[in-house]
Amino acid sequence: MRDEQIKRYARQIIMPEIGVKGQKKLLESRVLIVGAGGLGSPAIQYLAGAGVGFLGIADGDAVDISNLQRQTIHAGNLGMNKAESAKKFVEELNPDVEVEVYPFHLSPENIRDIVRGYDVVLDCTDNFVSRFLINDACVIEGIPFVHSAVLRFEGEIMTIIPGESACYRCVFAHAPPPGSVPTCQEAGVVGATVGVLGTLQAVEAIKILLNIGEPLKNRMLHVDLLTMDFTELKLKKNPECPVCSGKVREIIPEKYAESCQL
Amino acid sequence: MKRIDLRGEVCPFTFVKTKVALEEIESGEMLEVIFDHEPAVRDVPRSVEAEGHEVVEIEKIGNEEWRIVIRKK
Repeated sequence: MRDEQIKRYARQIIMPEIGVKGQKKLLESRVLIVGAGGLGSPAIQYLAGAGVGFLGIADGDAVDISNLQRQTIHAGNLGMNKAESAKKFVEELNPDVEVEVYPFHLSPENIRDIVRGYDVVLDCTDNFVSRFLINDACVIEGIPFVHSAVLRFEGEIMTIIPGESACYRCVFAHAPPPGSVPTCQEAGVVGATVGVLGTLQAVEAIKILLNIGEPLKNRMLHVDLLTMDFTELKLKKNPECPVCSGKVREIIPEKYAESCQL
Repeated sequence: MKRIDLRGEVCPFTFVKTKVALEEIESGEMLEVIFDHEPAVRDVPRSVEAEGHEVVEIEKIGNEEWRIVIRKK
């Protein structure tokens, strides 16, 4: 490790859970962040700071002024593609981190090729089709991922280790009917709330990469930051889950319309 | 015995660089550390012991210079 890296990561190297060995591991690790919005921004920020050596960043949207209330890494980049804008931020923060940009929306056709080769995937998306796509592709490819979703002052987060813990589809078999659940656009969201949840996703990724602590396996953490209630829901693998059980081995594009039912 | 000269370094880098050097030697081997940052006389041995290594020697070798010897766990 270079002298500059010893200084940059001193606060992590000091910790017995990380040390030089853990830091080298982080520098050799690859994390894919799907969505460089409210959840993705803090996750990208802290993973880049921690020295995760390779970040994939996928987002097809452009930075809009209404994003900056929560997506602070995009400061000064109005109109730029969000993945490109995030890459600029990472390069300025930490030159140790290599970034691969996917400046388009993930689809049933491209998702498996993209997630393959990553050590951990973060689901920082804002819609059910993307969540089911990420879940199904990661379970089929055997890649751990961290799901999170946020609305107003509330959020949820769970970690999925394929084959070992309940997957997103074990918990939710299909998407709710369109229009039944408000989106952030309709319901609103407090920037600090996505900041908390996106940051928790970054912590989970670091724990998985270093194999330390207890990730949120078979657990969903629900947080209400208005009342500061943190509730843990115990989850179980569903033996009938079409993805976890290994029945579904391919992503069939027609299934990823509204309900995502398999 | 491996020797590192940390004169000019302050906390927490005295400990961080000691830790990096310890990871480069084998279990049971000794490491000699020289430094001139006074608080490190207390901090480095305490942090090193907290990680299970043995502090064999602490010696003042100059007006503002110290030497410690550590055996890696």
